[in-house]
Amino acid sequence: MVEPLALKDHTWESRIFFERIVVGFAVLVILTLFLVARFFYLQIVQYDVYATLSDKNRIQVQPVPPIRGLIYDRNGELLADNSPSFNLTITPERSPDLEQTLEHLGSILSLTDEDIAGFRNRVKRRQRPFESVPLLFKLTTEEIAQFSVDRHALPGVEVEAKLVRHYPRGELMVHAVGSVRRINESDARRLDPVAYSGTDHVGKIGVEKFYEEDLLGSVGYQQVEIDARGKVMKILESNLPSRGKDLVLHVDSSLQAAASAALGDRRGTVVAIEPKTGGILALVSKPGYDPNLFVTGIDHKTYAALRDSKDVPLFNRALQGQYEPGSTLKPIIGLAGLVTGMTNPDYTIEDPGWFKLPKSSRLYRDWNWRASGAGGHGKVNLEKAIYRSCNIYFYGLAVKMGIDRLDDYLALFGFGVNTALDLPEARSGLLPTREWKEETRGLPWYPGDTVNIGIGQGDMLVTPLQLATAVTVIANRGKWVSPRMLKSGSDLIDRSTVPRLDSIDLIPDPVWDLVIGAMEKVVHRGNQVYGENGTAWAYIGQDIEYRMAGKSGTAQGVGIKQGEEYDAEELDERQRKHAWFVAFAPVDNPTIALAVLVENGGGGSEFASPVARAVLDHYLLNNTGETGRVVATAGEEL
Amino acid sequence: MSQDFVRQLPGSGLVNQRKVGIGHAVHLDVPMLLLLLIISAYGLLILYSAVGQQIEPVISQSIKILVGFSAMVVIAQISPIVYMRLAPWIFLVGLITLALIYFFGIEVKGSRRWLRIPGVITFQPSEIMKLMLPLILAWYFQDRHLPPKTRHVFWSLVIIAIPVLLIAFQPDLGTSLIIAASGLFVLLLAGVSWRLVFSAIGLGVVTAPALWFVLRDYQRQRILTLLDPERDPLGAGWNIIQSKTAIGSGGLFGKGLFEGTQSNLDFLPESQTDFIIAVLGEELGLAGVVVLLILYLLLIGRGVILSVQAQDTFGRLLSGSITFTFFVYVFVNIGMVSGILPVVGVPLPFVSFGGTSILTLFAGFGILMSVHTHRRITL
Repeated sequence: MVEPLALKDHTWESRIFFERIVVGFAVLVILTLFLVARFFYLQIVQYDVYATLSDKNRIQVQPVPPIRGLIYDRNGELLADNSPSFNLTITPERSPDLEQTLEHLGSILSLTDEDIAGFRNRVKRRQRPFESVPLLFKLTTEEIAQFSVDRHALPGVEVEAKLVRHYPRGELMVHAVGSVRRINESDARRLDPVAYSGTDHVGKIGVEKFYEEDLLGSVGYQQVEIDARGKVMKILESNLPSRGKDLVLHVDSSLQAAASAALGDRRGTVVAIEPKTGGILALVSKPGYDPNLFVTGIDHKTYAALRDSKDVPLFNRALQGQYEPGSTLKPIIGLAGLVTGMTNPDYTIEDPGWFKLPKSSRLYRDWNWRASGAGGHGKVNLEKAIYRSCNIYFYGLAVKMGIDRLDDYLALFGFGVNTALDLPEARSGLLPTREWKEETRGLPWYPGDTVNIGIGQGDMLVTPLQLATAVTVIANRGKWVSPRMLKSGSDLIDRSTVPRLDSIDLIPDPVWDLVIGAMEKVVHRGNQVYGENGTAWAYIGQDIEYRMAGKSGTAQGVGIKQGEEYDAEELDERQRKHAWFVAFAPVDNPTIALAVLVENGGGGSEFASPVARAVLDHYLLNNTGETGRVVATAGEEL
Repeated sequence: MSQDFVRQLPGSGLVNQRKVGIGHAVHLDVPMLLLLLIISAYGLLILYSAVGQQIEPVISQSIKILVGFSAMVVIAQISPIVYMRLAPWIFLVGLITLALIYFFGIEVKGSRRWLRIPGVITFQPSEIMKLMLPLILAWYFQDRHLPPKTRHVFWSLVIIAIPVLLIAFQPDLGTSLIIAASGLFVLLLAGVSWRLVFSAIGLGVVTAPALWFVLRDYQRQRILTLLDPERDPLGAGWNIIQSKTAIGSGGLFGKGLFEGTQSNLDFLPESQTDFIIAVLGEELGLAGVVVLLILYLLLIGRGVILSVQAQDTFGRLLSGSITFTFFVYVFVNIGMVSGILPVVGVPLPFVSFGGTSILTLFAGFGILMSVHTHRRITL
């Protein structure tokens, strides 16, 4: 170093430097104290605020959805269980650019506009922030693999496994069990958001709907620690959900399968009831559909095909289909006639094949009427009127009783009112009365209306379930049982608000004997001269191993104009009459009662009775099941 | 020697009355060395937690510290006279490299800060400038009469302005502010009148709002975010909200080492680099932060003592400026993480993960030791 310049005043320089650096250091200490004060403020004064914020960051209360109760049939076969389904979900908060994420996903998976629209809807309906929203359901393993490759570039997107409803028997049980559907906007408004947090589905139809609150179970919660990307790091506390109740139904899936097979490809329905309990053993409505399609969201095309199909597969014919009962009503009208004294077992008419009201020119025809005058059943008493299904006898009887008395008796059998305890879709049919006609049509009740009711036609409408129930009451000789699906937990069913009818106790045994005997003859009276066999004997009665009581019926599918002769050949298949057959067996100790409807099938005896026979055979003969019901009784009989 | 009287000065006299330790023989200052080692060790511990208890980053950082430490030892061996003689040339090279950035700089996230000499080295010229500017200014004032005359102040401001503007337009506002500060500290220590200092500060305060119009959008954004982080809690405000939450939730003694939820669960961004003080605040609480601040103050205090003991203007100004500049790092970083300053990219010295700044910092302290241990007066 060189000699310092003479100009420099080192003393001054050093002193000023010392002064400056000390002042500077003092300032810096003050600034440091200022930092300490800042940290003191954040860490001591505001500690509670930030501790809470930090916990809110990391601790999330997540709902743990309960496992939906299982549904079994009477033999313990699973009708509805839960199986894992892999869904692709997005947490919008964790996705930096949602649009880009969707675009990216669209490039690796097949995403339809519908998927995206549904996703956006669900995003809007979210209850909480940081809740993941499903975009795609039921990912295949290939799709999961494809997603995994790009996963790192898709923050906020996850594959979540969820238990979803699964119906192992698919289409077979759909109309009996009903199904769950994905919760939609209007459901969300109606349902308790707490009870359904974490649950995506709600029972929408049938048993699934009626027992929703039991099947659902109650939601649990867990406190989890999450990282900044919402990944669960550990579970801090959990309050387990409680499982939904398992239900056992009366339904017998093998009987259901037999009924379904007996109907084959035809449209129609079979409702079978256990007379002792009212338990529904089979509830078939064909065609059906696979309820599994709806669980995770059906695509629009498939849905449209189901919705617009002429065969209306989504429609539950057994509960919602309302048809004329036709001649199946005759035994009940006969019972009413006997009890009211409007007829007696010995009262006989001469049937010319037609009926005319006094002072009227209108002809009411019998089913075997011929323009030539060769039709009719000849001498007919009540028993024959039933086993030959003579219209003329019942025209007269109905007129004699009058609509009011008829209505009173028909109501005893559950017509005109829905009595299904746990089938929310069941309709009540129509039992026409004077008041009803006045109200809906502004017209008085005409005697002609009564004539039609006499053979179960005209304005009267019943559902197959109602008819099966009425037959059950006959099988029970008046003891009322409300039709029901649930076999386990009778307390659950008590919630049902439908009316429970009283048993019919004013009908004496001989009256039951006569009517039931006549119904037995419908099936078993055979090998007689022409026109003397039971109407169904030729089709089902010749080789039967047990005693069955039955009655056929035919209902107009479309209106057949007065005076037109019914000609199955000329009518389009869909305009043909519906074939009914109601039955119960074994006659002396009925264990099953049923109603069969084959839509546009034609005559009841010919087309519906074989279905009934197949179902009864299966139940009474093939079944070695738990109750071992019947074969023994039937065996003794023979 | 003609400078014997220097020893009589009140300032230097106080601290010069002691024996030469082992340190002087190897041109190192033992107290400073120890403080640097303690801070580095403390920093490594915090880093180990901040990276989620992985060992690799800690090793990598240790190597950087070792390299920096070695650089410091080497720099300390060289006499300050060498630095003084080379000062203009080094500064010129520094300016040239800064200028070259505008032609050959590597662009990262919209700013050019790096220069690559293919096959040789990739470096940040602005980082070197942190030492070059105090060096050239100390050189400039070494032979001049102090307090500086107005025209010398003017020229020194020009010297400051050139690199500061070159860096500010890279753009790298944080670094340019630190470099400006390091230059202005030289002026302050050289004895510019307080009147001038306060006028400058006053002028700064008055013209600050005008600066708003010069700032780029992202810079304005940062200031708005400082004022109200909640205006965009998931976006611009996220960092500052999360760092304040981390710090505040630490309380007096923290959540425990390695137990910080904000950092371990990744709520805290940049937790290994610029925001690492939040990890410390969360896990070791106010106590842990105060310990670090005390260590920093002790280091700075030692730097002040060495500066005062320096025997000539060059050594004093250079040492003092480097010491004060070190504090700027500390204050700006901690101020920004705790939400009292806008977010600028300034690391927490010896704690934040990253190599370049560690090298510069150690080099700076190496210069301090060089100045301190190469004495013309043996005591």
